[in-house]
Amino acid sequence: MTENAYLIFLLPLLSFVMIVFFLRWKEKIAAGYSIATIVVSWIMSIWVLFETLGRDGETYEAFYKFVEVGNFSLELGILVDPLTAVMLVVVTTVGACVEIYSLGYMHGDPLFSRFFAYLSLFLFSMLGLVLANNFFMIFIFWELVGLTSYLLIGFWFEKKSAADACKKAFITTRIGDLGSLVGLMILITYAGTLNYGELFELVGAGAIPAGVLTIAAIGVFCGAIGKSAQFPLHVWLPDAMEGPTPVSALIHAATMVAAGVYLVARSMSLFVGSAEASIVVAIIGVITSLLAATIAITQVDIKRILAYSTVSQLGYMIMALGLYGYDTAVGHHSPGFYAGTFHLMTHAFFKALLFLAAGSIIHAVHTNDIREMGGLLSKLKITAPTFMIGALSISGIFPLAGFWSKDEIVATTAHHPIFYVLTLVIAFMTAFYMWRLCFMVFFGKPHDEHRYEHAHESPKSMSYSLIVLAVLAVCAGWVGIPWLSKGFAAFVYHGEAYYPHFSFLNAFIATVMALSGIGLAYLMYYKKSISAEKIGAKIRPLYLGSYNKWYFDEIYHIILLNPIMAFARFMWTFDARGIDGAVNGTAWLTMVWSDFKMWIDKWIVDGAVNGSGWVVCQLGNLLRLIQTGKAQSYALFMGTAIVAIGFWKYESTFVEGVWPTMTTIVILCAVLLAVVGRLVPQQVDGPEEDK
Amino acid sequence: MDFPILSSLVFFPIIGMVAVMLLPKNAFGAIRWTAVGFSLPPLVISAWLVFDYFVNFAAMGTMAYMEGPFDWIPSLNVQYLMGADGISVPMLALTGLLSTISLIASFGIKERVKEYFAFFLLLEAGMMGVFCALDFFLFYVFWEIMLVPMYFLIGIWGGPRKEYAAIKFFLYTLFGSIFMLVAILVMYFTSEPHSLNMLTLIDHGPTLSHTLQIVCFSFFFVAFAIKVPVWPFHTWLPVAHVVAPTAVSVILAGVLLKMGTYAMLRVNWPMFPEALRTLGFWIAILGVIGIIYGALVSLAQKDLKKLVAYSSVSHMGYCMLALGAFSSVTAIAGCMFQMVSHGLITGALFLLVGVLYDRAHTREIAAFGGLGSKLPIYTGIMVFFSMAALGLPGMSGFVSEFMIFVGAFGALNKVLVGISIIGVVLGAAYMLRMVQHIFLGEFNLARWGDLTDINARELVTVVPLIILTLVIGIYPKPLANLMNGTLEHLVGLMSR
Repeated sequence: MTENAYLIFLLPLLSFVMIVFFLRWKEKIAAGYSIATIVVSWIMSIWVLFETLGRDGETYEAFYKFVEVGNFSLELGILVDPLTAVMLVVVTTVGACVEIYSLGYMHGDPLFSRFFAYLSLFLFSMLGLVLANNFFMIFIFWELVGLTSYLLIGFWFEKKSAADACKKAFITTRIGDLGSLVGLMILITYAGTLNYGELFELVGAGAIPAGVLTIAAIGVFCGAIGKSAQFPLHVWLPDAMEGPTPVSALIHAATMVAAGVYLVARSMSLFVGSAEASIVVAIIGVITSLLAATIAITQVDIKRILAYSTVSQLGYMIMALGLYGYDTAVGHHSPGFYAGTFHLMTHAFFKALLFLAAGSIIHAVHTNDIREMGGLLSKLKITAPTFMIGALSISGIFPLAGFWSKDEIVATTAHHPIFYVLTLVIAFMTAFYMWRLCFMVFFGKPHDEHRYEHAHESPKSMSYSLIVLAVLAVCAGWVGIPWLSKGFAAFVYHGEAYYPHFSFLNAFIATVMALSGIGLAYLMYYKKSISAEKIGAKIRPLYLGSYNKWYFDEIYHIILLNPIMAFARFMWTFDARGIDGAVNGTAWLTMVWSDFKMWIDKWIVDGAVNGSGWVVCQLGNLLRLIQTGKAQSYALFMGTAIVAIGFWKYESTFVEGVWPTMTTIVILCAVLLAVVGRLVPQQVDGPEEDK
Repeated sequence: MDFPILSSLVFFPIIGMVAVMLLPKNAFGAIRWTAVGFSLPPLVISAWLVFDYFVNFAAMGTMAYMEGPFDWIPSLNVQYLMGADGISVPMLALTGLLSTISLIASFGIKERVKEYFAFFLLLEAGMMGVFCALDFFLFYVFWEIMLVPMYFLIGIWGGPRKEYAAIKFFLYTLFGSIFMLVAILVMYFTSEPHSLNMLTLIDHGPTLSHTLQIVCFSFFFVAFAIKVPVWPFHTWLPVAHVVAPTAVSVILAGVLLKMGTYAMLRVNWPMFPEALRTLGFWIAILGVIGIIYGALVSLAQKDLKKLVAYSSVSHMGYCMLALGAFSSVTAIAGCMFQMVSHGLITGALFLLVGVLYDRAHTREIAAFGGLGSKLPIYTGIMVFFSMAALGLPGMSGFVSEFMIFVGAFGALNKVLVGISIIGVVLGAAYMLRMVQHIFLGEFNLARWGDLTDINARELVTVVPLIILTLVIGIYPKPLANLMNGTLEHLVGLMSR
């Protein structure tokens, strides 16, 4: 079966294509087809898991060349190792539950078929991401899950909030992807390959200088920051709750957001090579976890509480993995890798359960606001108990799944005091906000009688999914019980297999923290012996900060979004006025220059031409003066000419070197005579000659 | 003599143009179908070329299908010389495809139909010629001949301020051509015997003095950069796009811009390796500025068509970045992929903008909203191409961007390439902003209640582009193999 593992992710793609092109109009068949394919994928995943167990975790790899140019090539392929096998089962299990649940939840939606098409496309992308055998392919599917997340958050796109949220999610995660792209560039430039096996071997052999490796590892981690909603890119996940609740459960709680954690686990060989990168990972993880927990305790929207809880739990996993990388880099043993991946699995089940149950609650009361709920325990006979199982599991109560995995996370921090204390504080807060939610929703008096009256248990398809997941939320952790010789830790590991030692002290402290969190919630929201309002009023700035998510959105708007948009508008103006202005200005200058030349042409060049004509004309006018048409005048000229020539002949022959004075005088006299004769008005009998 | 394959690519449209001109003025149907009919042989032939070149020549990357040299103007040693290799064949196929698609998309033209289709076929002939001419004189003739129909297509059938746009386009390009002419003349007079044959001049170029190489390189570069357009020579582009009829925009973005980058790869880059070493880095910087700048300006656009036009500036910036990293085959291959991919994706986007404009008579992004519920198929296709434009994996744009980044990262300053990657986020931002404002949100029933979804004819124009975008995105290997031999040869020349 393992050699056919590519079918696991291609089947949902087939479902997507079939629904889009053929089954779109037959809602029931479309949904049925989609569910059938994911169930087949699920069966195959289980099969692959057992085969992998049977091979003792030996890896299987197959690939083909995607593109080859020069000596550069990229490949697509699948890699099945224990981590992959576990993730396959997790994704297909949650995927199948969510699809079956959606039958009831999305019933009557006009875009029912499309919803299943998108879910199938998501499962294709997510399974492809899990199966990838190299960084190039994981990046491809990484982006594709981003696309499906975009499509599904914006599923009800006519709601403005949904339209805003899907864009925000896509762009925010893409900012993280910038980092991972840079990371990949560095890796491929220095190592020449993106194949996990080859690359990690080269890294292990020291092919990449330490400083560069740190940058590459942090770059890759940036992708995880975006996808897994880690600080400072965590802002998109709560908004993503605008999508339908099954989507929140599948994509924004159990699988896609865990992809970041998966990526870090997958590329652990990079992090163990760089203690600096690892400690960055751990610090980001713990900051995120704490930050999200502090926000979750004051929220009133049931889905947002769960969203922040998701962010917080993902921070846990990231922190554990980071600490593993750090400890390994400095030569210590650490259960961090095991803790992170184990918690990834258990969290997927109990968080999917919590979301689906929340969806069922919302389905029943038609509101997200927990202040309008209350006393629903008696109304929702299946939803309420399953939700509380999930809440117990996430709080880490023995012997539920969350207990075992959280215990390992606490164990990971045991040698890092600051992390240890913070982890316990977060555990306390987690238990508190989850049970604050439970007490407000299920117990006490109904806050809104109308909603309470109309509340009803959800259809069977939804309840069944809840029950399956509730069972998993209880039992999934048992594969990691420390006394098992062939448990989770012996199967999924990095480097050498790690065999955990159960520490009663840690387990005891963690349990006390969880119970005290639940206890405080009980006192504040059930017994009401401690007034939440009074505490809120006492620490009002803190309360407001937490309630407003520490103003991250507002700050990003002021320091990032608005300046970028302003800059974009400025650039546009610059383009029109500056660059195009220069172009048009050049054209304008050319026009001015040609105008100037036209002026020169008209007044100087052509002026010279016309001017010479004008001079000739004037000369002609002058000459015209002697053109009188009178015989006497002509006789006079002739006589004068003869006399003048005579004088000139005489003077030029006999008087040397002297101006021909007499000749000049004669000519001048003749001209004078002629002019005078012309100017003196004449008495003529006939009509005037010219006017 | 064998059948003159490449010449037929040029002459079928020209015969078609004559045929269209002989038809009666009002026989609209006959004119349209004649035009489409005459664009089909080039389409089929160019598609066959891709296949044939792949099978017979791709491994070596040799120049094939040579026609000539035939003496044309013997006293000047001007020859008729055509040939095609791994970088021209994909461009020829792209031209063939987009020409037919654009002709079909032009069926909505109602005035002066005959002239329109005649001009369009002349345009196709010119584009085909540019991609297979190997003699500078011939190349220059084809390069210039295209300006004429383009000028009229924008100037007659364009929107508001069409004269301004047409003249701007024409003069700007002509301005660049002068530099090219000077450079060609320098090459001609310095070669002995005087030659205009590009293939022999490629060996002549490196023998020039350093200064002369730089001058010639820069002159060619200005001519080609205006066509690409490389920042800061880009401002004619949005102006021309906004007024041009839909089909003309498709050709403009899909083919004309690629002529610039193609010419750089064919002429500039291999001919002056020394100049390239000096200036390559600065060209990459221009590319990166183009990427970021184009994306930012797109982000601020209010007009849908202008947004797509500026996104072209950004996308062609990737090509320039790749060309700056000339020592890497990967980057140059990425550049070729980007040229093909941008032709398909942006061509489709312009078609789709036209579809919406035909119905709504406005392109103002803010005027719409929530069209997703009213026009589901149109929305689906538009979102598809928006995703393709922002470089989503599985589509052609991703392959090209990834190859460019990888190639450039290895060959150029890493910080520079790191900055260029920001373009990926900005690309997502302006595309998704557009999608949100037009297709998501509340639907204005009163204003857009009678909009109809995309029709069959429009689908016919878009579907081939969808298929190719996906095929290249999912299985890019054949296209890479088609070009690989030629690119290795060219990169060898560039790195002399």
